[in-house]
Amino acid sequence: MTTQGIWPAVLGRLDWHELPFVRAWENPTASEIIGAGAALIVIIGAVFVVALITRLGKWRYLWSEWLTSLDHKKIGIMYTVLAFVMLSRALIEAVLMRMQQAAAIDNPGFLAPDHFAQLFSTHGSIMIFFMAMPFLVGLINYVMPLQIGGRDVAFPLLNSISLWLTGGAAGLMMASLVIGEFSTGGWSSYPPYTELAFNPGVGPDYWIWAVTLGSIGSTLTGINFAVTIYKMRCPGMHLMRMPLFVWTALCTSILMIFAMPPLTVATALLALDRYLGFHFFTNDLGGNMMNYANLFWLFGHPEVYILILPAFGVYSEVVSTFSSKELYGYTSLVLATAAIALLSFTVWVHHFFTMGQNADINAAFGIATMTIGVPTGVKIYDWIWTMFRGEVRFTVPMLYSLAFMMTFVLGGFTGILLAFPPLDYLVHNTLFLVAHFHNMLIPGLLYGMLAGYHYWFPKAFGFRLNEKWGRISFGCWVIGFYLAFMPLYVLGAAGVARRTQGMFDPIFRPWLYVAGVGALILLAALGALFIQFWVSIRERDANRVFAGDPWDGRGLEWSIAAPPPEYNYACIPQVHDRDPFFDAKRNDDPYVPPASYDAIELPKSSMTGPVIGVAGAATAFGLVWHMWWLAIIGMLAIIATVIARSFARDVHRIIPADEIERTERRWLRAVAEATPIVREVEMTSANQGLAEVSE
Amino acid sequence: MKALRSRSRLFAMLPLLPLSGCDALKLGVMNHAGPIAASQWHLYVIVGIVLVFVAGPVLLLTPLIAWHYRLSNKQSAFRPKWDFSWTLEGFIWIPPTGIVIGLGFLLWHYTHTLDPYRPIASDQPALEVQAVGLDWKWLFIYPDQRIATVNQLFIPVDRPVHISLTSGTVMQALLIPRLAGQIYAMAGMTTQLNLAASRSGVYRGENTQFNGDGFQNEKFNVTALPSDDFDRWVAAVRASSHPLDATAYAGLFRQSSPPQPIVFSSVPQRLFQNILAKSKEPR
Repeated sequence: MTTQGIWPAVLGRLDWHELPFVRAWENPTASEIIGAGAALIVIIGAVFVVALITRLGKWRYLWSEWLTSLDHKKIGIMYTVLAFVMLSRALIEAVLMRMQQAAAIDNPGFLAPDHFAQLFSTHGSIMIFFMAMPFLVGLINYVMPLQIGGRDVAFPLLNSISLWLTGGAAGLMMASLVIGEFSTGGWSSYPPYTELAFNPGVGPDYWIWAVTLGSIGSTLTGINFAVTIYKMRCPGMHLMRMPLFVWTALCTSILMIFAMPPLTVATALLALDRYLGFHFFTNDLGGNMMNYANLFWLFGHPEVYILILPAFGVYSEVVSTFSSKELYGYTSLVLATAAIALLSFTVWVHHFFTMGQNADINAAFGIATMTIGVPTGVKIYDWIWTMFRGEVRFTVPMLYSLAFMMTFVLGGFTGILLAFPPLDYLVHNTLFLVAHFHNMLIPGLLYGMLAGYHYWFPKAFGFRLNEKWGRISFGCWVIGFYLAFMPLYVLGAAGVARRTQGMFDPIFRPWLYVAGVGALILLAALGALFIQFWVSIRERDANRVFAGDPWDGRGLEWSIAAPPPEYNYACIPQVHDRDPFFDAKRNDDPYVPPASYDAIELPKSSMTGPVIGVAGAATAFGLVWHMWWLAIIGMLAIIATVIARSFARDVHRIIPADEIERTERRWLRAVAEATPIVREVEMTSANQGLAEVSE
Repeated sequence: MKALRSRSRLFAMLPLLPLSGCDALKLGVMNHAGPIAASQWHLYVIVGIVLVFVAGPVLLLTPLIAWHYRLSNKQSAFRPKWDFSWTLEGFIWIPPTGIVIGLGFLLWHYTHTLDPYRPIASDQPALEVQAVGLDWKWLFIYPDQRIATVNQLFIPVDRPVHISLTSGTVMQALLIPRLAGQIYAMAGMTTQLNLAASRSGVYRGENTQFNGDGFQNEKFNVTALPSDDFDRWVAAVRASSHPLDATAYAGLFRQSSPPQPIVFSSVPQRLFQNILAKSKEPR
């Protein structure tokens, strides 16, 4: 590689050795070959998808119907697809790490320390920013506007921009597999380790820019959702009549608005340190990494509740629906949700009790941490009392809810232990902590998202998911979790540090083996989900629920066709109470067509989102590799796009009344022809999406 | 041969997995060897017992109620409109709040008595040790004895040890699970950790904060000796004529883990303070 001439200006610090294939060729160790293999999978996967779309001739369809769409439902689905793709990668990384630890007992194992460190950094960063966040944002995007009787979110274009910023950031994460390497600093990327003095490579820069893009997208999403819930509710949908899922979406949005900016500031200051020689967090010249720890966790702790609250919302919907019963203690649940959201800003210091602050401060934050346990416990009991005197059906979403309640309590148990600073001192930074937060986030986020996925999938696609494979997958997620993480509590209590590539004592071997088996079962769980998806598509014709109400649902979203028309509601509904659709089914006929239909105005598709997302990713990529020309072009493209869009006047399209009437009549005809079913057979093909109304 | 033996031992152990787990736990706080860790373990037990009563009802009620009120059980009551009861509401808000208030007092008390900065009460003066986290090893300076060690810490039994910590590189954390822990070591700053061993033995210590490629090797043994033996050890180190000179000092700041622990028979004056100052200088 020449050091003069045009190439350094064009390629920045990129050279051949940044390609994992070249590294694996020159140094064919297991670790490098695994790295090259992963890069190959990314490339083959991308080529395969491109070839498949080309072969099916679906580029135009994909572009005009999906990628540029401003429809909240399609954006929600695209977020969810992104979440599943990223979940697959991060779960495989987790399995590799478990295998390495099981293999590396007084032995180097098969992954080099640097490779192992990249794996735990990408695993954490992806699971939080590019699996959990897209999943919950996708679910809220799809469901929340339907539940409040709206036609879309408040700012549909902004929604598309958020999606594409997140997608661009996820793309940057994938690029780091193929070009260069990722950070080794963990998902929290603590300086000074991630400063130039200790890590001059591109890794921390990939982390900085991926997280920055993603966090800007999330901030915008938070604003969008909060405004939607405040301003776009249908008549009669008072705050205290909103479904619990909408309440949790609102609290999560508020948390996003206030908690994401500290992260953006932290990453921006770290970038200033690395790019322009500032000294915010360096060891020398007055820098202090403690400021980073505070900023990061000022985001990081509310983030935990950004992740968990929407799942609480899902459980509230699922438990009530599948117990055929009103939610117990609605007001209590709303208060508890709001209390959790508020308290989540008061506990961030518990992430670094060991940083040397005095006992008064540690004790105050420890007590604040325990306090969150009260509203959380109340929620769990509210769900138990919802089942009490109900008729519980053990569908897949309900199974996830039950597994969540019992597993989450164990995480709460260890969480209170960790809230005690003197106890935290002994297990902080150990596998005990790793076990604890997986014990919160797997039931508290993943199970919730999967419950929501199974629950609303028939609404989104018009057919039910396969029950058998759903149960197999559920079983694997639960058994896999216990096998993979309970041993980590033991290992952590024995003082095994987290993020450790090698183990120093054979005494740990049985526990590491059990954890390894657990990780493989978790991978099987994901495999079962994909099989379920495949099988469900193949047998979709037998499981259609076009009438739209497969579970004897309670909220407005079940009162329309499945999948819903793009305008959602032909006439904006009027709400008189909680559970409006459930009551309507009992009190009168909810399937009566209105006297007349009106034309509906919807936002036109726009390429603004994709352009900004791609340009944002290009800017970030340019910054990572010091390709300044690319960064400048990307930035200019973003500014130009925003300006150009602001001159666009023709941004709406009208759906004529007769088209709406045709669509609605077709659906109402199907409803009239469908056979109402009792709850006992809702998991069979008899379910056409029309509930038999008892009482 | 050794591998074979350990493998056959593994198979023999499989049915006894829970018991071998107890073996692993012997490396942790359960098998405490000093007053701080003992007190921490005591607190674990108290809080754990309280929490059994908090988690227990949920673990019992969730499956029981879900199963009893299953759709196919036609005997169970069905009140689809029942959605509130002040009694139950009191039951789910008040006792948990009471428990948290109670635990809050406990937390406040123990956080202060087990504050790592708090000197341990004793009729003997504390042994001063200065710990410096390096890539990927620990330097322990005994300022009063004018000696130093790398990756091993010798302490006298039944005498408090006061450790001042800093880092010569990125942030690290010092944890000795059977004695006390843990506190961060940060460049340019000093943190403190007080601990003591109540019986002689060898305990594992480590850095728990990831700091690069050699992180997993950054372990050391803490050897607690009776007071006389400790004095003899200090004398032996002093006599070993292996001073911490400029070459050795430069070697400490290279990224590596020494294969064997090192002892230095003498150290320069104010070494710890100089490392502290050095970290703040522009690179």
